[in-house]
Amino acid sequence: MYSTINEVIIHNRSSIEEEWKSQMLQFKEDERELTSVTNDVYKNSNTEFIDNLLNHVLDGQDEISSDLQDFFERTVQIGWPLSYVTKGLQLFRRIGLKTIVNKKENIDGIMDTFEVFDRSIDTLYEKIVTYSTQNWKDTISVQKKALLELSAPLIPVFESISVMPLIGTIDTERARLIIENLLDGVIKNRSQVVLIDITGVPVVDTMVAHHIIQAAEAVRLIGSKCILVGIRPEIAQTIVNLGIDLSDFPTRSTLLKGIEAALELTNKKIETLS
Amino acid sequence: MAVQSCVDVRNEWDIVSARQLGRDLAKDLGFSSVDQARITTAISELARNIYLYAGNGRICVEPIEEGNRRGLRIIANDTGPGIQDIRKVMEDGYTTSGGLGAGLPGVKRLMDEFAIHSTVDVGTEIHITKWLR
Repeated sequence: MYSTINEVIIHNRSSIEEEWKSQMLQFKEDERELTSVTNDVYKNSNTEFIDNLLNHVLDGQDEISSDLQDFFERTVQIGWPLSYVTKGLQLFRRIGLKTIVNKKENIDGIMDTFEVFDRSIDTLYEKIVTYSTQNWKDTISVQKKALLELSAPLIPVFESISVMPLIGTIDTERARLIIENLLDGVIKNRSQVVLIDITGVPVVDTMVAHHIIQAAEAVRLIGSKCILVGIRPEIAQTIVNLGIDLSDFPTRSTLLKGIEAALELTNKKIETLS
Repeated sequence: MAVQSCVDVRNEWDIVSARQLGRDLAKDLGFSSVDQARITTAISELARNIYLYAGNGRICVEPIEEGNRRGLRIIANDTGPGIQDIRKVMEDGYTTSGGLGAGLPGVKRLMDEFAIHSTVDVGTEIHITKWLR
């Protein structure tokens, strides 16, 4: 069966290439993400793409060739849209079918030949989709790790005083990290007072408040004090509206006020040298 | 009538996009920063309820006009288990998830108008409105 498909392709190679290339050029006009790509680069890439595609079908292998694999990986890595590859495969399938139909008279022969052709393209689809989703997943997991590293640092500022600045949205995962880092850090630095700074937390809803209360309670259990600082006026009003009771633990409007309070609690004083 | 925009809530990150949507609209309509915070917090509560109790649902926001008043309406609906006793969930301190139990009554206090409709095993729909002052 491979011989028939090879025959069709070898005989019509140049016309397939030509039609495919001209339609791919049209695709570039429509696809916004490709506007920054120069025509020369785009044409070279197309030539490589169609050559590899035709060779893949001619080889008749189920496995994807290393050249084509390379090509797919490169397009994903330089950030071309996935639709470039899928569009290329769609066009190739359509033009291939048309060519097969034009050259063969027997309907059964057409169906068989097309099935072989179609299958070899399916393999390519699977490969490119798997590769690019894996690529996205990798990027996301790397970013997640980076984000977690940034998410809840505990900074010792004076002997026995530490600060935990929180920036950005607090979700359950991060809330767990906050409590862990807080407790570890308090013990490691022998902090007597920890300041939790929420200046950078955009929304304090009941869940965020609940996590902060729990964190403060845990810190109290190991014998230290927690002061909540950086409460912006609008956050103060929403906390009151929500009816969250923060009366059990000390709060200050700014980090500066918090540090003053912490110094007082630890019997320390900052003096200007005369 | 301007168009409604919606966010589907399925995971924790959708809560963030839902409240971003609300904050952007509130800013466009000219709400003060305190009211913007109230609106975002209310959306956050409703979206979190959807995520925690219903699993999936949707939050919609729309600008509204009534006479010479303008405001913002938020509609939260889900196809979750519904609420057995609405009077109870509107009480401060009532919780089934170990939280603070301030969510729904808090939302009511944050906003100007609050309507809840829930059928057990069918779902819950909450409409809340904040008027521009």
